[in-house]
Amino acid sequence: MYSYLIRRIFMLLPTLFGAAILVFVLLRLVPGDVCDLKFGGEGGYVDPEQIKMCREMLGLENPMYVQFYEYMKGFLTLDLGVSMWTTKPVTEEIAGRFQISVEIAILATITSIFIALPLGIISAVRRNTWTDYVIRGISISGIAIPSFWLGILILLGLLIFTQKYFGEPWMPPVDYKSLFDDPAYNLSQMVWPALATGFRYSAVATRMTRSAMLEVLREDYVRTARAKGLIEKVIVNRHALKNAMLPVITIIGMEFAFLMGGLVVTEQVFNLNGLGKLLVESVEQADFTMTQALVMLAVAIFVVANFVVDVMYAVLDPRIRYG
Amino acid sequence: MTTAEPFIENNKIPDGKPLSVRFGRMVRAQPLGAAGAFVVLLMIFAAIFAEYITPYDPENSSYEFMLVGPSADFLMGTDQFGRDIFSRVIFGARTALMVGFICAIIGSSIGLVIGVGSAYFGGRIDLYVQRVIDIFMAFPLIIMALAIISIFGNGTDKVIIAITIPFIPRCARVVRSSALAVREMPYVDAARSIGYSHIRIIMRHIAPNVMAPFLIMLTAFLGEAILLEASLSFLGLGVQEPTPAWGLMLQGGTEYAESAPWVAIWPGLAITIAVFGFNLFGDAVRDILDPRLRANS
Repeated sequence: MYSYLIRRIFMLLPTLFGAAILVFVLLRLVPGDVCDLKFGGEGGYVDPEQIKMCREMLGLENPMYVQFYEYMKGFLTLDLGVSMWTTKPVTEEIAGRFQISVEIAILATITSIFIALPLGIISAVRRNTWTDYVIRGISISGIAIPSFWLGILILLGLLIFTQKYFGEPWMPPVDYKSLFDDPAYNLSQMVWPALATGFRYSAVATRMTRSAMLEVLREDYVRTARAKGLIEKVIVNRHALKNAMLPVITIIGMEFAFLMGGLVVTEQVFNLNGLGKLLVESVEQADFTMTQALVMLAVAIFVVANFVVDVMYAVLDPRIRYG
Repeated sequence: MTTAEPFIENNKIPDGKPLSVRFGRMVRAQPLGAAGAFVVLLMIFAAIFAEYITPYDPENSSYEFMLVGPSADFLMGTDQFGRDIFSRVIFGARTALMVGFICAIIGSSIGLVIGVGSAYFGGRIDLYVQRVIDIFMAFPLIIMALAIISIFGNGTDKVIIAITIPFIPRCARVVRSSALAVREMPYVDAARSIGYSHIRIIMRHIAPNVMAPFLIMLTAFLGEAILLEASLSFLGLGVQEPTPAWGLMLQGGTEYAESAPWVAIWPGLAITIAVFGFNLFGDAVRDILDPRLRANS
């Protein structure tokens, strides 16, 4: 098991390294360089001083191998340079917003589990009945509804509902307060984006739960359990569900990896200063140091989440043995 | 089933049932897929004949009619610039379909060539290509698209590039696994022994035999591309004003939620129905082309 873990960790590194190279190359593929692009792109007056300053900040005057060395060293020492927009250190900017995004991501994952598991199980147990069709319809629509539109609809719904029943419209607060300082305030703000993102992610998980349950319910040991007269609830919960969990965990884990992408739009709708919003802003403002750092962060989260899923597989399924 | 010759007259293979009956059968066998195909056809129709369906110019703003509610004059109301939302939704289908089809077709075609090539040459080339694909796949779709936009800038053409590139490795990966089996087929050996060029073998002998996974990926990409374009445009990093695009139209949605909820409703509904239709259509294509998946879908 340990040797498998270590081998698996070593397999992560080339992917991360390759992704870092890709980002490095991508930013240097630009005709001219990123500084020309940022300050001279519009064809108006170009301030040579500004371009020179920008080049120095990014170390673009150095030879390529020095640049690459500095770049890689930055990742290893978590010194990712300063933002080209705010001139504050990138790590500081990211750290300030990390909490918000992580909180939404976790809440969204919880939401999606709470939607997906019951719906998936009911759908499998009542296969080919109206309940099943309705649930499948919900899950197909969950994939089709863009989470940002769902977010807008939630806000709209809240407005109309509160207007009608409380007399005045209510919107989730905009200023952020930490969960530990003011839990009620924080949750009243964070629940909605979590719902919008979570619903979308529950769609795939519901389908997965359903098909995994269907497969397990056909197994011999389920028939045995029925034959010895266990009640259906026990069969479903104890015998079937436990064994259907594996693919479901995979999907939920992989979705956690994709959440960062989902947050990009949701945070925009709910106007939350998380990492997703930071990424969008950095792209808008041509803040390349920031974009580069956030893209690498997303890749790292993705790769690590996949790794965790793999390891969970090995831990949870004793049939899978790794050398 | 031994010999069908006496039944064939005038060298024509009998058609069996008339077209309408076969169409009816298809609808019954794949009711959801038929519904999806209907939505897709409706969208194509709207996109082609947008000029004839819409009552107003989608880019024509008028300050007299800002944020007017739905009425007989403006079916879906007007937006903050006094533009007719119905006209913009219909023309938006054109933008969405254009981006969807271009990205899906180019992305999966390049993926097809890379995937088949990688499987065909095998060995070290395959190994290296697959490692590069691993790296590309480590970027979530929208993150990769944003990274590309940060370099090339925004606008419809840039968005197409940004969406197409992340599709390539995803298609290549799937096509490769099918092509690995096809590579071992005797007819590929035969083609090689006649001395056909690599390109000819790849394009004429292997590629046509991995059409099933290729088409499955292509149809799956259609909905995904439309959704991604809408997300990017919503963020202000995709299609730019005044071009009618559904995601872009939703930008003002939260701002005017109280006074003009229709601004936020119709374009979102259009995205949802379009993606829904393309997904159903794609699922049906997958069911037909890959019967193995049918059981557990």
